[in-house]
Amino acid sequence: MHKVVIVGAGPAGFAAAELLHVNGLIPTLVDEAATAGGQIYRRPAPDIELDMRRLLGRGHRRYQRFHARAGHLLAQIDYRPQTTAWAIFADRVWTLRDQIIEQVPFDALVLATGATDRTVPIPGWTLPGVVTLGGAQALLKGQGALIGRRVVFCGSSPLLYLAAKQFLAAGATVGAILDTTPFAAKVAAAPDLLRAPEVFADGLKSMARVRGAGVPIHHGVRLESFEGDGEVSAVRYLDRKGRAKSVDCDAVAFGFGLKPEAQLADLAGVPFRYDPTFRQWLPATDGDGRAGRRTYLAGDGCMIGGAQAAEISGSLAAAALLQDAGTPTHGIDRSALRRRLARLHRFQHGLSRAFTWPAGTLAGASDSLPICRCESVTAGEIRRAVGSVLGPIDINRVKALTRVGMGRCQGRFCALPAAELVAAAAARPLEAVGRLRGQAPVKPLPPTARVRDRS
Amino acid sequence: MTKPNRSDVAIIGGGLMGAWTAFFLRRNDRSVALIEKGSVGEQSSGVNFGNIRLQGRHPSQFPLSLRSQALWEDIEALIGERCEFAPTGHLYLALASEQVDKLVQGAHQAAVHGVEIEVLDGQAARARWPWLGSLVHGASFSARDATANPRLVTPAVVRAAKLLGAHVLEHARATKIEQLAPGFRISTDRGPIIECDTLVNCAGAWGAEIAAQFGEPVPLFAAGPPQFVTEPIPCIISPSVQSVDGTVIFRQVARGNVIVAGFPRGPTDPIANRAPVPPAKIIATMNRLAEVAPVLASAHVIRVWSGIEGYLPDMLPVIGRSGTTPGLLHAFGFCGHGFQLGPGVGLCLTELAIEGASRISLDAFSITRFSGSATTVDEKISKEFDAAIAARTGGSRIAVDRE
Repeated sequence: MHKVVIVGAGPAGFAAAELLHVNGLIPTLVDEAATAGGQIYRRPAPDIELDMRRLLGRGHRRYQRFHARAGHLLAQIDYRPQTTAWAIFADRVWTLRDQIIEQVPFDALVLATGATDRTVPIPGWTLPGVVTLGGAQALLKGQGALIGRRVVFCGSSPLLYLAAKQFLAAGATVGAILDTTPFAAKVAAAPDLLRAPEVFADGLKSMARVRGAGVPIHHGVRLESFEGDGEVSAVRYLDRKGRAKSVDCDAVAFGFGLKPEAQLADLAGVPFRYDPTFRQWLPATDGDGRAGRRTYLAGDGCMIGGAQAAEISGSLAAAALLQDAGTPTHGIDRSALRRRLARLHRFQHGLSRAFTWPAGTLAGASDSLPICRCESVTAGEIRRAVGSVLGPIDINRVKALTRVGMGRCQGRFCALPAAELVAAAAARPLEAVGRLRGQAPVKPLPPTARVRDRS
Repeated sequence: MTKPNRSDVAIIGGGLMGAWTAFFLRRNDRSVALIEKGSVGEQSSGVNFGNIRLQGRHPSQFPLSLRSQALWEDIEALIGERCEFAPTGHLYLALASEQVDKLVQGAHQAAVHGVEIEVLDGQAARARWPWLGSLVHGASFSARDATANPRLVTPAVVRAAKLLGAHVLEHARATKIEQLAPGFRISTDRGPIIECDTLVNCAGAWGAEIAAQFGEPVPLFAAGPPQFVTEPIPCIISPSVQSVDGTVIFRQVARGNVIVAGFPRGPTDPIANRAPVPPAKIIATMNRLAEVAPVLASAHVIRVWSGIEGYLPDMLPVIGRSGTTPGLLHAFGFCGHGFQLGPGVGLCLTELAIEGASRISLDAFSITRFSGSATTVDEKISKEFDAAIAARTGGSRIAVDRE
């Protein structure tokens, strides 16, 4: 029997599970969260009363549809919630749930591990009250908790507007939206954005809704610092004309788009390729998600594309898997899905220009700026390592010398800014400094956890 | 053809041994080329546990170890950096009553060489190090032992050697070694060709390939220990700690993280340059750690790694002159305990290269010990390595394979 393990029960992993089930397989679906849905369809915790219709607005219909499908499917497959996949070794996924470790063997593996916030260190970014955009949304949707009463949303990401809209709906005051990308870049990206007109329209509506609520929106700003004594109380920035400004707040949500959570793909031996548009190393797959021996990737964990692209790529990965296993596939029109996916990826390229990653700002970062918050490694320490005799030529060497990326998060948050800084300090292209090699465990492992064998 | 670079000595392998050798040769005004296939110190020199341990040494190794220890204690004066060198002391633990004898014997043996070791029973050990669990039946403490950060040491020694004028070639693989009359010519895949009078083979787990080219094969195999590090916790553990049965080794660094090495040592792949860490070994080791030091049971494991270490069946390195080729010196196969020996080996090889003899005897480590028929197999091979390795190497008893 073909044993398939899927990691991640967001739209991508779920779509893969659904198609495999339609075709007679009973996949094992491993997910960290208590309920399926990933970040996009995150449900409130059981004891939290939250008006999701009000919070999500137009997105509520898709949310409801997802959870209706999930309720139907999850009872019929081997669904394992609150379970962390922390290693892949010798064709087994190693999982942890409630201090119990299990190894789950597979004939084929689908990794739909989603994305996390891409951040740029800004002076004051480690102050209490400063939260990533995705983190702020997760707290709101999962716990009904606001990160503050008066929140500034800043960085550059379509999530700025969506999250601000949700915070308004939940009763927060939005102090300002400070978008580091000039408005002209958004106009220039419009042709690509129109490849997915309905997604584009949703985005414009969020923007209009926030503006209509009287929230000041500034494009083309430069974030100077998050200020505060013990906790954040203001954001200092230069407006598009270079004038110094400040806006008061009691919390900040910031982010610069997303990055794939590709650590498990790395442990599974998937090759990576450098993507100049996203300025990231991404797992390499064929168009349908094949990523080498027994491994298939889908969703934002492979290529940032958003929920709709994730769902399509999950179906395509499952179809590829079935095809490779010699199983005739039912319930899917692959060429139509591929066309839609291509359009959504064009849309994402547009987004990456409408909301740019401010790679250049790190070159001018002050030496005292913490880059790796887990290990407290500053920009100056990284520059000193790069500048030393026999200076490092790649990011792994910098890691060995400075501890950058060696802490609890294993470089999930600092790897990209650290690579930009190394590239700038060494005057080398970003591609040439490489990427941090992944190591197990993907998430911290309690030493008291015990192994159980289900055989 | 590229014009060859001439130097008195060429060293193949920019690990700890090659780095210290280059350093001491430059201090003695010999021209030296250090050839490294990757980055200096990135193999087991850079990823080992970081013990600078005197106690538990093979009796034949004490003179070399003591020489090395004195150099370690002087590291800042030598190379201008401390590399987190700290005189932490080293604590052996007996986790069963029958292991206590081994500690007592080790202490006697060390005393012969002037190394002072304190032996304590379980209760006294727990009184002094309250974080030890009830599993501990006895302990021996060597106060002079120390630790340092392996990730920092080799690059720092190479930097110092380079400032003294060493010619350092990184990302240059020695592709061809020709014998001249006299001397050697080494071609590299990066272009430069090096000619030298003396060639030093410090190629670690890759050292046997070079030895074989000169007609002296050795039964070297590559293996690596499972290692991991925990998140930082408040500093409570000062010595480096090791169970005498080899099941768990740990120390807490100044930042608060606990570095742990476990067992059994498993296969690595020197060709693909991979040292995989089976999750089962990490779990077994972290469970063991929580038993030995229950206070660490709440410290989460954040990262695992291993390294590609060269081993020989008698668990002793190859150090000294070639048995076949004048002008060729070897120092490789340090069997997972080379970190402490680094500076001492560098100084001995420098003496060999310049004076033809080292101040202390290296006879026990001669490569010629493998030219006879019988090879000694240390009991550690069957106790502390994967069963497949033990069987291949001729270990008498087969350990339980956890794979």
